[in-house]
Amino acid sequence: MFAFLVRRLGQAVIVMLVISLLSFSIQDQLGDPLRELVGQSVSEEIRNELREEMGLNDPFMVQYGRFLKNAVQGDLGTSYFFKRPALDVIMDKLPATIDLVIGATFWILLFSVPVGVFAAIRPHHWFSKVAMGVSIVGISVPVFLTAIFLIYLFAVELGWLPSYGRGDTVMLLGRWKTSLFTLDGLKHLLLPSISLASVILPLFVRMIRSEMMEVLETEYVKFAWAKGLHKRRIWMIHAFKNTLLPVITVGGVQLGIMVAYTILTETVFQWPGMGFMFLEAINRVDTPLIVAYLIIVGLIFVITNTVVDIIYGMVNPMVKITGQ
Amino acid sequence: MDKLLLSVKNLEVVFPLRTGAVTAIRDVSFELNQGERIGIVGESGAGKSITAFAILNLISKPGYLASGSIEFDGIDLAEADEDLMRQIRGNRISMIFQDPMMTLNPVLTIGTQMEETILAHRDTSRDDARKIAIEKLKAVQIPSAETRLDQYPHELSGGMRQRVVIAIALLTDPQLIVADEPTTALDVTIQAEILELLLDLCNEFDVGLILITHDLGVVSQVTQRILVMYAGRIIEQGSTSSIIENPMHPYTKGLIGALPEMTTPGEKLNQIPGVMPSLQDIPSGCPFHNRCRYIQDVCRSRLPDLAKREERLIACHFPIQYD
Amino acid sequence: MSAQTLEVRSSAWQRFRKSLVYHSFIHNRTAMVSAAVVAFFVITSLLAPVLAPYDPWDQTQFDIMDSELPPVGSNGADQRFVLGTDAMGRDMLSTILYGTGISIMIGVFATILQATIGISIGLVSGYFGGRLDSFLMRVADIQLSFTTLMVAIVILALFQATVGLRFYENYAIFVIVLVIGIAEWPQYARTVRACVLAEKKKEYVDAARVIGLKPRAIIYRHILPNTISPLLVISTVQVANAIITEAALSFLGLGMPITKPSLGSLIRNGFDYIFSGSWWITAFPALILVVLILAINLLGDWMRDVLNPKLYDK
Repeated sequence: MFAFLVRRLGQAVIVMLVISLLSFSIQDQLGDPLRELVGQSVSEEIRNELREEMGLNDPFMVQYGRFLKNAVQGDLGTSYFFKRPALDVIMDKLPATIDLVIGATFWILLFSVPVGVFAAIRPHHWFSKVAMGVSIVGISVPVFLTAIFLIYLFAVELGWLPSYGRGDTVMLLGRWKTSLFTLDGLKHLLLPSISLASVILPLFVRMIRSEMMEVLETEYVKFAWAKGLHKRRIWMIHAFKNTLLPVITVGGVQLGIMVAYTILTETVFQWPGMGFMFLEAINRVDTPLIVAYLIIVGLIFVITNTVVDIIYGMVNPMVKITGQ
Repeated sequence: MDKLLLSVKNLEVVFPLRTGAVTAIRDVSFELNQGERIGIVGESGAGKSITAFAILNLISKPGYLASGSIEFDGIDLAEADEDLMRQIRGNRISMIFQDPMMTLNPVLTIGTQMEETILAHRDTSRDDARKIAIEKLKAVQIPSAETRLDQYPHELSGGMRQRVVIAIALLTDPQLIVADEPTTALDVTIQAEILELLLDLCNEFDVGLILITHDLGVVSQVTQRILVMYAGRIIEQGSTSSIIENPMHPYTKGLIGALPEMTTPGEKLNQIPGVMPSLQDIPSGCPFHNRCRYIQDVCRSRLPDLAKREERLIACHFPIQYD
Repeated sequence: MSAQTLEVRSSAWQRFRKSLVYHSFIHNRTAMVSAAVVAFFVITSLLAPVLAPYDPWDQTQFDIMDSELPPVGSNGADQRFVLGTDAMGRDMLSTILYGTGISIMIGVFATILQATIGISIGLVSGYFGGRLDSFLMRVADIQLSFTTLMVAIVILALFQATVGLRFYENYAIFVIVLVIGIAEWPQYARTVRACVLAEKKKEYVDAARVIGLKPRAIIYRHILPNTISPLLVISTVQVANAIITEAALSFLGLGMPITKPSLGSLIRNGFDYIFSGSWWITAFPALILVVLILAINLLGDWMRDVLNPKLYDK
């Protein structure tokens, strides 16, 4: 288990290095930090002097090394637009995005397992057929359309729910601004979290169903029936535990997809999270902020993937021995 | 007089498929006494496994028991509801599956998979269940049984796993064990060990055995009686020794002739020409007629009944005669 | 065409008519309706230059005075514009016809590119195995975990920022196809690799090697044909996914420009007007997009059921 952990962490570090290298070459290509700093009015000579002073004439790898050193110390550069450290700007926006992801994850966890498992063990029941039909429609409707439709119906036509923003928030531990603990905040969160869940939930339902149906056909499940076990034990322990293995791996990837989809959801709902901020940064060519976002999102992906791998290793007894 | 344990009458299993309904077995009848060991022999697709699974009402979907009765110790299993069936499966009738690599759940420990079987049928504590599990692991000669309980299936070899499966089958002291090709997936050297173990345990605990196999060599070592199946029907039934020595059905004779022991070294194996017809297009008359070397006109048109002939049941118009 | 080829063709057609695929298709209403819907969209968008009353790419053909006219049947509608007009006065019907074509084109070409890259890598990875295989598959894992949408957003945003908006508009379609095509190769690579590994175990591959066939010949003549049915299943899903991804990118303003809009850019274009009552600018392209993707996905579902060899074994 220890060797397995070390190997996974090693891979995570390599991936982060590649991401940072890519991000840094973006920074190198895009925009001139000098112009952002001093404007156009300064003479060519002073420019060159400043350039030398800032190390902008150094070889690429030297500059990258410096960038990496700063990054490890939490310095990802200063946003051109906000005139503040990029990391601080992102940290301000991160809680809103996390709220959204928590909201969507809540819906996914609440519905995917019961619906998927039911559809697997009772494939001919009317509910299973309806669930499968709804899920393929869910997969086919792009997330931004779901969002627009929900706003149109519940905010514009019915006027039941707000259409944009986070609503009332409270501070947790002095820093973490969340809308999860106020009624108004939860009202604001309802539509965005449903939109975000609308793409991933159907995928989960279908995946759990098909994996579980495959497991139900295995010899060891047949043997469990032949042992005279209660059907609940066969479904929940014998079949579901084996269904979980592939679901965990794919589920981890889906979490990454969710971060990408927050950009869409936040745009439609004007949700002040980092996805919305990222699009604005792109429009403003705010390079340090773009780079910082990429590194933070990369870090989130790498952490979730590593955690997923470790959880997989803990659930699957085969991993411990082979160390794969 | 031996006590009758299982009586199967006119079993018929049907699979409704996209291309039409297929009858996998029909008119299968046989009896089994307390502690008796019988073998069901035939090629794959002859309906042996389906017969075995039908007894425990575990036919895989979409197949179903279309007609027939299965009387086990006074209970009609064909009419039993799911709850009653559950109390019999793994408790009074146990099963052993073909491939020990696939039979045990990969994510549960051996201990869990043994204890749950006991707890499903006996009102005991987990500790007592564990004790029974250890005792049965010892009965199947697994070394250091206590530590095995905490291991996962992949940590054991194929032979060891099949021993575990046999131990699971014995946990609740069943009256009958149905073993579906229990040695086919194992190495030849281990096959003999497992068979011997199975035979000893059946004798020791007075358990009935239905052994399903395509290997006549295997049945002849273990069983007292043989049923030969072909294309979903029983075609010959009798005591093991008499069938091996004097097979009366041409198909049985062919099977025995094809055994490697029956061949002079260096010569070709005497295989039966042709293949068994698929269940979707069984020929008219005797299903074996187009592979039979004693064929006559009547074989093509009329299905032979399973008739009694000198302590033997046989479905053939022209059974082989011995003096 | 010679009589002989005609004969061959008709016998292939007859064989197809007897096959389970055909049998299942004509007995499955969902599959038939979906196929009809997809065929309808493909044909109408191919014929858009003939069918469309106006040319939405030609600025001289529309007038700002006609802007935001509702569809026929509502108050203030203009008979010339059946589905109404957008904020620039463009005929919605024409714009949608052209836009559907662009969406389908991007979906198809991106999928072809994915398939080409993915199949090559999958074959190499599966056939040669070893370190190369584990390296390529790890790269595939990592690439997949970053999701196409994320990668596409970043690359397109950077591309847009570097080359400028004007230049971008002319080349957007190529860049989108390229990005979606490159980002999704692991889907194909994994499937092909799994097939190759399964086929490699079979004896005929050994036999082919023993009689001295080169790896290339073994791969092309023996292994590749066996991967076709799973690839067909992925390809339908991948076309649908590529169309959705393109729509999402266009919705974010990173996809097709409004001068040559896809369905996604039409929806983005209409989104600004939806709350002021001009629902049709968003609703019609949205409806077409959803119906198109749903039809492709249903077709893919049906194909998965029919071509899945596991279902036959039972």
